[in-house]
Amino acid sequence: MKLMNILISAFRALHRNKMRSFLTMLGIIIGVAAVIAMLAIGQGAQFSVEQQISALGTNVLIILPGAQQTGGVHMGAGSATTLTEEDAQAIQRECPSVGLVSPGTRAGGQVIAGNLNWATGIEGTGPDYLEIRKWTVEYGDFYTDQDIKSATKVCVLGKTVADNLFPEQSPVGQNVRIRNVPFKVIGILAKKGQNAMGQDQDDIIVAPYTTVARRLTWYPYLRQILVSAISPANISVAQRQITELLRMRHKLVTNDADDFTIRNQADLATAATATTDILTILLASIASVSLLVGGIGIMNIMLVSVTERTREIGIRMSVGARSRDILTQFLVEALVLSLLGGITGILFGVVGSSVISGIAKWPTIITTFSIVLSFGFSIAIGVFFGFYPARKAAMLNPIDALRYE
Amino acid sequence: MIGTDGTAPERPSNGHLIRIEHLAKTYQLGEVEVHALRGVSLTISRGEFVAIMGASGSGKSTFMNILGCLDKPTRGTYTLEDIEVGKLSRDELAQIRNRSIGFVFQGFNLLSRTSAIENVELPLLYSSTTQKDRHQRAIRALEAVGLGDRVHHFPNQLSGGQQQRVAVARALVNDPSIVLADEPTGNLDSRTSVEVMDVFQQLNQKGITILLVTHEPDIASFAKRQIVFRDGKIRSDRPTTDPRVASTILKEMPAIDEEDDE
Repeated sequence: MKLMNILISAFRALHRNKMRSFLTMLGIIIGVAAVIAMLAIGQGAQFSVEQQISALGTNVLIILPGAQQTGGVHMGAGSATTLTEEDAQAIQRECPSVGLVSPGTRAGGQVIAGNLNWATGIEGTGPDYLEIRKWTVEYGDFYTDQDIKSATKVCVLGKTVADNLFPEQSPVGQNVRIRNVPFKVIGILAKKGQNAMGQDQDDIIVAPYTTVARRLTWYPYLRQILVSAISPANISVAQRQITELLRMRHKLVTNDADDFTIRNQADLATAATATTDILTILLASIASVSLLVGGIGIMNIMLVSVTERTREIGIRMSVGARSRDILTQFLVEALVLSLLGGITGILFGVVGSSVISGIAKWPTIITTFSIVLSFGFSIAIGVFFGFYPARKAAMLNPIDALRYE
Repeated sequence: MIGTDGTAPERPSNGHLIRIEHLAKTYQLGEVEVHALRGVSLTISRGEFVAIMGASGSGKSTFMNILGCLDKPTRGTYTLEDIEVGKLSRDELAQIRNRSIGFVFQGFNLLSRTSAIENVELPLLYSSTTQKDRHQRAIRALEAVGLGDRVHHFPNQLSGGQQQRVAVARALVNDPSIVLADEPTGNLDSRTSVEVMDVFQQLNQKGITILLVTHEPDIASFAKRQIVFRDGKIRSDRPTTDPRVASTILKEMPAIDEEDDE
């Protein structure tokens, strides 16, 4: 029997029981739509996490001083006084895989402007800080090497700080008092939003690290050095070069532990995507259960159909249908059910995902992979759950089938 | 015309169409062995019109099933067109049924909600034919049984006699060597029965071999040869003396309420 004839008779058989065929397909439609939507939500979550992490810069390394050790008691990372300006300059000079370097220190405190005040963190950085973090100044300027050298009392406000201290006028050119030290505002940073951990990245003031060290913290060592590799691919090479350089500069011998820590954003990204991966898998597996239930629905209805049409099978056999003709006929019917259901389900899943992202303000991403996966799954379900009933039909004895009432 | 239009497969000239030797069939019903056929031998030549008679349990249905390649004998040989059928596989038997045998059943056995022409085309779906060829042959078969004007009717729009004629057309469409009719008039009233027998007699005159199973002597007397089964054996096998002619009887019968036109 030719494929075209098989398809025609399959469609006819399904058309004869429209309601039943539709309800059977509904199981697959719901299953496939659920899988597509759940994958879309999972992928959406993953995408937004990845985007936030790459907003930090994927080629960024953060060098922190090691833990201070007093009488065997570790004081926590960053407490040791091991990183110096000279280290930062040496990294810039001697590590070929390192692009930009920004020495950093940190202070916290109350910031006053006129009759308003705001508590925030003050980040002391080098002039390349913005480029490393892929950040830009929205109004005004950023400080330069000259400002670093002379420790000028200038600062650049994050969006949140600017909005709170200067609700009605432009802060650029105004003065703010940080811990009673007057700083001139020379710029405002572009809005960056929340980071992967949900912190407001715009609640910040950046100033030359020399000024912060000499006027605010009176602490001559660096709290961190921010480094960018020349490309994301060079990040591990850069990390190795920095490690070797710093060990040499800190006169560490082979068995000594590093007195500094290098963190890279890729590690953070891996951890975060692992979490969203689990979320995606979890959602998709719940959805696949409904797909499985849909498949059992197909098997159920095909078994009913085979019993109902026993006499038809007998007639077909008596006029010369071979077992494999009958097998193909019922298998194709099951496949048509599951495929039509699968295609409709994909459509519903795509529409449903965009409705979800519209209502819940949750990003959803439909990948070709998820569509191919659900399509493949519906074919597999059609074959798997259609085979048993089809085989049952094909193995019928023609005499018994003809006599079946 | 059906059977003479040259599309028929080449048939061997020597020997008989059907040769049966010592055919036996035993069923195992639990502990009990049922001997449905106990050694049947006979030959049927091309162009015969044979009626097989017998009470229920006489083995005539089992004989019919084996002849129709729906069942295999336990012992003995069955040769159809020089092919020994007993040795064939399930799929090969299906092909024999497709090419060489046409069935007409008591209950018509048409596919419901499927038009007359599609029912007639059914056997051709399982052989290699083009759609156009299929359509033409089905129309010719329906015309041969006098249903050229009912091609697209569904079985539930046709009378019993018309449905049985669709079944006959389906049996003829593949140009079979033999048409096997199992109680074809069992569900029909007397006039319609004669009408169906008229169709069979016309086909037989065109050279088609027909084998008819019935328990009604009236119906059997339309055939040229009558074989009576009893207890799994042939009890008598004789030519019909002066077979009845359906067309003559129909002319003499009073017409009943235009049943044909619903």
